[in-house]
Amino acid sequence: MSAPVRSDSPGKLAALIAALTAKGIVTEDELEASEAQTDRASPEIGARMVARAWLDAAWRRLLLSDGTAAAEAIGVSMAGAPPLGVLEDTARRHHLIVCTLCSCYPRAVLGYPPHWYKSFAYRARAVRDPRGLLAEWGTSLADGVEVRVVDSTADYRWMVLPVRPAGTEGWDEDRLTALVTRDVLVGVSLPQAIPAGAESG
Amino acid sequence: MTAPGDAGFAPGSIVRVRNDWPERSGPCHVRTPHYLRGRSGTVQRLLGRFPNPEDLAFGRPAPSRALYHVLFEQPPVWQEGRPGDELLVEVFEHWLEPAGAESRAATGAAS
Repeated sequence: MSAPVRSDSPGKLAALIAALTAKGIVTEDELEASEAQTDRASPEIGARMVARAWLDAAWRRLLLSDGTAAAEAIGVSMAGAPPLGVLEDTARRHHLIVCTLCSCYPRAVLGYPPHWYKSFAYRARAVRDPRGLLAEWGTSLADGVEVRVVDSTADYRWMVLPVRPAGTEGWDEDRLTALVTRDVLVGVSLPQAIPAGAESG
Repeated sequence: MTAPGDAGFAPGSIVRVRNDWPERSGPCHVRTPHYLRGRSGTVQRLLGRFPNPEDLAFGRPAPSRALYHVLFEQPPVWQEGRPGDELLVEVFEHWLEPAGAESRAATGAAS
């Protein structure tokens, strides 16, 4: 698990903010704007980018070549955000994203990382035993699919473009978007087509 | 650490991650995971140039350094993996040195 919150954490945070604002490194307004931007982001942004890539070949090319430009093209502010890279799953390759050094995560398009993404267990096991980890997640890969673990160690943030599941022919963008969860965008799960009529069940 | 030149590593270059452990010499901030020190991989592409986090973390002037996406075979880095599986990791140029096929075969575990 990640480090426990200590009772003196809020006090230390307040002292750090006071020191940074006193030195003019950040302002309270900038901190609030940054927090508001992450609060607004959610995995639905990433999901919509994926659904659009499944429907539009030109958009798909933009997404894979420059994730930041693709996000901005649908109105997501990437100002101040690290560059976004998008990794394409294929019938032969599955991507799994982790940050072993801390918890780097594409917050601009996925929002806050889930607690497990920051846990020592996930960070250690994703690189060491990715197939064991995926199995515990209930994710089984087809025979012949190789796993490529992406350790987000530096200045990029990464998101997965999964393979469009069978059984989704003719679906529109909204319906496809609903298939793409946060876990799918990190690569611990695969999108599953929900049979028509079972969606509200 | 030597300053990186502009020559850089072309995609497909075999590189070795330096087997350096600056953590042993005092406080530092390194973005190269322990498990890759001394390991060899293949440069996939140049991601760009970014201020060196090892300087940024200490508020020092941080010259930009080339950052590469480098591909490693999962075993032998981790024995739990399956042959054919891979690790794709961002590594700064000053942590990389050229490596031939010979040194790739000889990469031992970092201590």
